[in-house]
Order: sequence, then C-alpha cells, then structure tokens
Amino acid sequence: MSGKVTNGGAGGSGARDEGAQRLDAAFFARWMRTAADAVRREADRLTELDSAIGDADHGGNMRRGFDAVRAELDEDVPATPGAVLMTAGRKLVSTVGGASGPLYGTLLRRTGKALGDAEQVTGEELAGALRTGVEAVAQLGGAAAGDKTMLDALLPAVEALADSGGTDLGAARAAAERGAEETVPLQARKGRASYLGERSIGHRDPGATSAALLVAALAEAGQVPSGEADAAGGTGTEGGA
Amino acid sequence: MAAEGSKKRVGIVLVSHSKEVAESVARMAAALAGVPDAPVAGAGGLPDGGLGTSEELITEAAHRMDEGAGVALLADLGSAVLTVKALLAEGDELPAAARLVDAPLVEGAVAAVVTAAGGGDLEAVAAAAEEAYSYRKL
Repeated sequence: MSGKVTNGGAGGSGARDEGAQRLDAAFFARWMRTAADAVRREADRLTELDSAIGDADHGGNMRRGFDAVRAELDEDVPATPGAVLMTAGRKLVSTVGGASGPLYGTLLRRTGKALGDAEQVTGEELAGALRTGVEAVAQLGGAAAGDKTMLDALLPAVEALADSGGTDLGAARAAAERGAEETVPLQARKGRASYLGERSIGHRDPGATSAALLVAALAEAGQVPSGEADAAGGTGTEGGA
Repeated sequence: MAAEGSKKRVGIVLVSHSKEVAESVARMAAALAGVPDAPVAGAGGLPDGGLGTSEELITEAAHRMDEGAGVALLADLGSAVLTVKALLAEGDELPAAARLVDAPLVEGAVAAVVTAAGGGDLEAVAAAAEEAYSYRKL
C-alpha cells in the first residue's frame, strides 16, 4: 500500500500516451464531490420515488453517506484513484444505513480495488474496473438486468463506456439515464419493492435513479481536464472569486 | 463472560433493522435456552436508535461475542443481510471465523443459542439455525 508504483512499465504504447486521458486521484475526488452535490440536490426526489415503492429513506440515506464521503475527502484526499474509491466506499457502508450502503460501498470498493495502486489510470482501465465493481454489486444483491434495481442504470453505463474504449463518459451518462427511465414499466424483483408485485410497475426505481446520478457526476468530473481543475481557470471559465 | 470451565462458545449476533427487535430476540433466545449469560447480542438499527443497519454496531457486537470459537450472524432482511455480506466479502472488520447463517431470525436465533450454549461448534450452530426453516407451523 505504501510506495510508488510507476504506471505503464510495459513499452509499446508510448506513442499514444499523449492522446490518452490520464485520470488521477484529484479526478476521482472530484467525481465523489460532484456526486455528493447531485445527491444533495436530488435527495427529495429520491425519497419521493422511494416513498412510492420503498420505505422513503433513499434520499436521506444517500445524502448522509455522500456528505460523509465529502467530509472525509475534505480532510484528506488519498494519493491514488483506487484509494479514493476504496475510502469512499468504506464510508458509504458505514454511514448510509440502508441497502444502498453495502451496494454502493461494494461498487466503489471493488472498482477501487480493481484500479490497484497506480497513481493515474486510463479511461479504459476505469471502464474495466467499473465493470468489476458492477459485477460485485450484482453478486452481492443477487440481482440481474431487468429486476428494477440500480443495475438497470449501471450495466448499460458500463457497456457504453467500454464500447468507447473508456473515453466517452457522456455516453455512459446517457445510457445510465436511459436505463433508469426504462425501469418505469418494470416489475421489481429485488428489495422491498418486490413485495409490491405488480404494484411496483409504473414507478421509476429510486436505486437506478441514484445510480444514474453517480454516473452523471462521473461525466461532469470528466469535463474538467484533470490537473488543471484546481489550478487556474484554464477551461474558459471566468475566474470570479 | 466465558462459560464455566474454559470451553469457548460460538458467539451469535442478531442483525435487525430495529434495535428493539434485535435486543428482544437476543434476550428471548437466551431465556428460552435457559442460559442467561449466553453469548448472544443484538445489533439492530442505527447508532442513534433509528431504523436501519449499522456496520459499526454489527462489527462491535461480533467482537464482543467472539470467545474464539467463531461468530454466527443472523439477519432479518434487505440491508441487514447485504451489510453483513459486504462486511464478510470486503474485509477484516469482522472476527476471522464469522459467518452469515441463512436462517429465519427468531426461530434461528433460538436454535443457534441452544446449540451454542450446549457446546456446539460453528458448523453445528449454523446447521441448527438453518434447520429452523423446516419447522412448519401448519
């Protein structure tokens, strides 16, 4: 866990490196903070969706969890992308208090673990690691595509990201949003909503909705070139303080 | 805490969304087993007493009940099950020989506590709790 790992010791792809996006710990911390903002903004909506087919605690639970993640990152940002996600995941498991804690916690921890201890990762590596994380969620919850769960947003997002070689976060965002919207006509087969049987049809799944927020936050974090984000406003934004 | 003699007993942790459910079932199981000091504890609700599942309370209870012969965890549903599974899958928070038992919470707790109090090992405790699924009521 300590010590540096030089990334990409293997030769051969050096010529492409200047074109490939490198994602560092600051990028992943920005993803988590952006997600915390989004969860805060949408907490009431998540709770409202959850009150239709669940126990009306999703917004509050997610806000408590991501606020704690933000507070943790305000204290200290771990040195590597993997460590940022593992820290965030651990925080979610310990603070959310509902099923989304272990589910999102597992997603981030497994994704972080799959990223290893490289100081920077490529989009392609992120896509592969996210797939590992999403598969761990599926295994933990015993759910599959079409069960009206967060997987219905996450699986298409991971597919879209992989299809673009890990470069198109916007496509992942669109796929997650579409997947969440497409949970409306589904009947829930997992979680508390499954007790409702056919009455769960016609409602958008709160877990898929929050998962889409998380993917959207990833895309937003990617819109600021890593490394320049905290420096000057090099991206054409006015620097009014 | 340890039983008469030095025999280590299997610890049992009952994970519920509700603090009251977890603690009441733990008390009831110990009473029905006739072992007031049985190594069974509830880990219910959130640290503030609200409904939910707390990784912290589960981990704390598991270590408190661990006499060195393993810890069996029984959970009610949803996040209680998922939190225990995530803890077991991810890491080092729980005692080494901790195990989620696939059992109904109340009936399984009684069977587990009786078996543990009688000196059964983790395998026997888990089997007894799981068997509780087959006690039909009609």
